[in-house]
Parts: sequence; structure tokens; C-alpha cells
Amino acid sequence: MQSKPIALKILDVVSIIVLGISTYLALVFAPKELVMGDVQRVFYFHIGTAWTALLGFILAAVFSVIFLITKNLKWDRLQVAAIEVSLVFFLITIVLGSIWARPAWNTWWTWDPRLTTAAVTELIYIAYFMLRQGIDEPEKRARFGAVYALVGGISAPITFFAIRLFRTIHPVVIGGSNAAAQGGFNMTPDMLVAFFFALFAFTLVFVDLFWNRLRLGDLQDKVEQLKLKVTM
Amino acid sequence: MANTLRSITTIEKHSNVKPSFLRAVFAVVWKDIQAEFRSLELVSAMLVFSMLVIIIFNFALNLDIKMRQTVTAGVLWTTFAFAGTLGLNRSMAIEKDRGCLDGLLLAPVDRSAIYFGKAISNLIFMLIVEVIVLPVYSVLYSTNLFKPGLLLVILLGSIGYVGVGTLLATMSVQTRTRDILLSILLFPVVLPVLLPAIIASNGFLEGVEIADILFPIGLLVAYDVIFIAVSFMVFDSVVEE
Amino acid sequence: MITVKKLVKRFGLKTVLRGVDFEVQPGEFVALLGPNGAGKTTFLRILASLSRPTLGEVNIAGYQLPDQAAQVRARLGVVSHLPLLYGDLTAEENLRFYGRMYGLTDLEQRITEVLEMVGLETRRRDLVRTFSRGMQQRLAIGRAVLHDPDVVLFDEPYTGLDQDASSMLDEVLKTVAAKGRTVVMTSHDLARAEDLATRFDILSRGVIAATATPRQLKKSNLLSFYKESLLA
Repeated sequence: MQSKPIALKILDVVSIIVLGISTYLALVFAPKELVMGDVQRVFYFHIGTAWTALLGFILAAVFSVIFLITKNLKWDRLQVAAIEVSLVFFLITIVLGSIWARPAWNTWWTWDPRLTTAAVTELIYIAYFMLRQGIDEPEKRARFGAVYALVGGISAPITFFAIRLFRTIHPVVIGGSNAAAQGGFNMTPDMLVAFFFALFAFTLVFVDLFWNRLRLGDLQDKVEQLKLKVTM
Repeated sequence: MANTLRSITTIEKHSNVKPSFLRAVFAVVWKDIQAEFRSLELVSAMLVFSMLVIIIFNFALNLDIKMRQTVTAGVLWTTFAFAGTLGLNRSMAIEKDRGCLDGLLLAPVDRSAIYFGKAISNLIFMLIVEVIVLPVYSVLYSTNLFKPGLLLVILLGSIGYVGVGTLLATMSVQTRTRDILLSILLFPVVLPVLLPAIIASNGFLEGVEIADILFPIGLLVAYDVIFIAVSFMVFDSVVEE
Repeated sequence: MITVKKLVKRFGLKTVLRGVDFEVQPGEFVALLGPNGAGKTTFLRILASLSRPTLGEVNIAGYQLPDQAAQVRARLGVVSHLPLLYGDLTAEENLRFYGRMYGLTDLEQRITEVLEMVGLETRRRDLVRTFSRGMQQRLAIGRAVLHDPDVVLFDEPYTGLDQDASSMLDEVLKTVAAKGRTVVMTSHDLARAEDLATRFDILSRGVIAATATPRQLKKSNLLSFYKESLLA
């Protein structure tokens, strides 16, 4: 029986610490934003989870290609772990975004391009799991999953760019003209610290969860193997 | 019994197996059209369903004549999107159920011939339905839908829809959850087709400047090209073991 | 004609074929017997190029699977227990379709020849969905030999046929085999296999457990040979 590798145990601890620090930075250290008030603090976690989730989805598409070429099931396990963690992180992104939206735009949700794309993307990856669920054979499951993650991964950015040029009320925080009018804001140095640290923290947490999930998948496979041996 | 069987000695050996990609694609398309004309299963189901959807929209949206103009494009594309899944599902289910997919795979041609063949026949059926729905809608709602630009958009949109749909239907028909799964897989991924199609359709219907419609049309073309390319490249992985 | 060396097939963690060695000379008629779950259908699917080997070598008519699969398919005919026919097309339309897929020249003449061979010439313009199971099976065999393959594979061809239909199938099978074609047939029907085959192989638990020729067995000893091989 393998026990958790030391590196992973350390990462677990470090992740929790880093997350704690990030929380402090976001909730206490960063200054209160002028226009929106305290609710703006949600932004740090919102971006943290968003960026890692999107990276995760892109990685998953890359894993798809590698798997389809090499046919090595290891890449399938990597893909499942990546998508699962990204799915949850992105859900957090959407919920936090919604919480931020209520006081800032006076609505829980709008159908502007960025949010719509987010909802669609989330649905693509839920569909991914539903597809996998309907297939019993592991190799077929991996193949079909890879194909769909690839198709979905290509389609999501296109969805976004397809409507990017149309009006959006989503704040363009970095760059973009007329940011203030759209609810955007300029970040003070203290805010930048909290912001970048949040990015760092969530990347770490993502890697930690991803690694744990991967390990879980490997162990599940081993259990299946042992089960087969016993029934022979 | 024996005299209904021909003597074998008169049959010569045929070394004339010359598989051709185009011939195979055409064979699949023709086979689908022949079979469909006998039963009219697909087209009739898609047509009836389309009519029902349009009727439901009529009540659901409860529009006055002015409002109808603005939603025509949306209603049409929603109808086509839903009806399309019926056709896609059935088209691939026919292959799967009698093991015919194996029959297709046994042919000594590249697998993508199967993809293109099925995609083309799926497209033809979808276009047939659309061509019938348009005039009916025109009559029911006294709107003139015969703008050539609109027909172009419908063609481009359908191509993209069927291009991805054929791939995804081939997958979904091999799972336990089958029919339901296709809609769930297809709709999120086909939005980049539906959205520009609706915008462009609307543009043509409202007589907007051509320059403004060029961007959505360009997007449609780009999507069609990208997704047909991706689909036919990965199609092997979806049919072979 | 067919050479299989150490063929292994795994589905995920489950190993179905564990190193099958199998050789068939041109013109032989091999009956592949074995209990359900032994891997007969899996084995036949691999020979038919519908499934890829996990490990091992498969050579048919001088071509390697899976790399030269297209060349193999041109020389291979397959009859499965599913008809592989389109119910909404007539008998001749079905044959015409498959003929086109194989790129046959002289297609019309060939279709007539084949229809006569399987005794369905009078029903050529009838829809296949009006055919009985026996007739469908005969047409399926016609489809399989349309391109005059060197090797024909039959997977449980007698499934669901009554006595009359089975006798007719016997005749057709003999005709097919008589041309010097190589045939591999899986079947549960030991009596029929005894009549037709030049060799019997038993597939059990993923390997060829035993092999015998009719000369080595006296008539109606096939059953006892079968049972003994399974116990070994």
C-alpha cells in the first residue's frame, strides 16, 4: 500500500497556509474599494479560481490530444483530475461573481457575453462527466472523454470571442476603456499585492487538489485491479 | 435446394476491389437518401416536431406583429436546433442498431469517408426540413422569409451544426444514455454556430447593412472550417476500438 | 493465411485474450468453439480488424493488423450474428451499397451472381425488413463474399435459425468454403461444426486450449473432446 508521498503532504499544509494568508490579504490587508465597498474583496478569490479553472480546461484539451496520439490511459486520468477540479473551481468563480454582481450591478446575473460563456463552459464540462458516466468500458470512456474535452475546449474560447465585440457590462479591470463607467476600478499597490498573491495561492491550491485527485484516481484503478485478481 | 445454387466453377476470381474515398462517401449518402425515401422517418419526424415547436413558441411568446419581427431569427434557429437532434440521433441509431456501423467499418476505406457520408446526408435531411419550414412559417406569420442572404446563413449554420453533430451523435449512440445525451453534448458546443447565425439571420431579415453582417458570417465560416476539420480528424477514435 | 502470435486483448483492467497462438492454412475451415465469455467474439473482431490487439501479432493474407488494416479488409469477409443489413433497402440495393463501398467493378453482374448463390434472386427487389431471419443471414453471407474475399469469418451464424434455415445455411457455407476460401467460424452448434470443419479449436479462458482434426476424433466424439478440453 502506498501512503501519501511526503511532497504531497507538505503541499497540503502549504496550500492551507497560503490560502489562509490570501484570505487575510483579501479581507483585511487590501484597502476597501471606493465605489463598491467590501463586496469587492470577493474579486480576489473570483479571479484566483477563474484563472486556474480556465488553465485547467486548456490543459485538459492538451491532455486530450496527447491521449489520442499515445493511447496511454495515464493521460486520461490526468484529464479527469484536471476537469474535475476545474469544474468545481469554475463553479466557485461563477457563484462569487454573482455575489459581487448583486450590489455592483443590482442583479444576480446578466446575459452578457462573459457570463454566458462561463455558464456554457461549465455546462460543457458537466456534459463531459455525463458522457463518461454512460460508458462502461474504460478505454472507450477515455477516448470519448478526450474527444469531447477537445471539442469543448476549442468551442468555449470561440464562443467567447464570437461575442466579445458585442456590448458587455462585465467590468474590464485590466485595460479596456471607460473601465470606471462599467464598474471597473483601478488597483492600488496594496490591492495588487492581494491580487497577485491570490493568483499564486489558488494556483497552489489547484495543484494540490489536482495531485490529490490524480492519486485518488490511481488508487481507484488499483482497487479495480485487485478486485479482478480476487474474483479470478 | 441444390439447383437454386449456381455452380461455382463459372464464377471467376475478382481482383477488382478498388476502394475509392469519394465513391464510398457518395455510396453512404445515396444509401441514406434511398432508405429515407422509403420510410420518410427522419424528415417527417423532424418536420412535425418543428411545427409543434413553432406553435408552442406562438403561445409561449404571445407576440404582437411588431415583436415577431425581432424574434423570428431566434425562433427559427431554436426550432432547427431541436429538430436537428432528432435527425442526428435517428441517423446514427440506424447504423448502430443493426450492427451496420461494423459493416461500414469493414470497408477498406478511410474512416473519414463514413464521417463525410453521414454528415452530408444529415445535412441534406436538415436542409429539406428547413426548406419546408421556411415557407410554412412565412405563411403562418405573414412574414417574408425569402431573402437570399437568409438562405445562405441557414446553409452555413446547418453545415456547422451537422459537422459537429455527426461526430457527437456517433459518440452518444454508443453510450447507455443515448438520445438524451446528444442534446446535452451538442448544445453547449454548437452555440458559436447558433449565435452568429441568429445575428446574421436577423440582420438579413431586418435589412441591416451588409458590412455589419459580414462579421457573423465570417465567424460561421470559420467555425464550420475548424469544426469539420477537428471532427474528421478525431472521427477514427470514435468508431474504432 | 492467418497467423496469430501471442495475442493479448485487454479491456481496461480486464484481460480477455491471454496470449493466443493461432494458425490457419489457406483453404482450411476452422471451427472455433468455446464457452461464453471465452473471448471468441473478441478474437473474431480482432481478426476482422474491428478491434485492435493490445499486444501480439496478427497477420492475415500477408498483411499486418492493425497497420495494414485496409489491405486486410479488402480480402476479408465477415458475417456476424447481427445482419449488418439495412431494412429499408432491397436486397440488391444493400448489395449495391456494399459493392460501392468496396469499389467493385462489374458490380451488377456480381450482385446477380451472389444473389443466385444464396438463393435469393427471386427476392432481389424486396425490402430486407420483410425477410425472415434465415433469409437475412443468407443475404448477409452474400454481402460478405461480394468482393470475393480470401478469408471469411463467421461469428455464430446459426443463432436464431430453425432447422430448415440452418440446412440452407449449411449448403451456402459449403459453397463458400468449396472455393478454396479460408474460413473461421465460431459456433455453439457442435453438430453442424462437425459436419463442415476441417479442424476444431477450443478457446477457453483466453487461450487456445486444444485443437483437433476430424480424423483424430471419431464421429460424435466432438462433444466429449470439447468437454475434456474445458476441464483441463
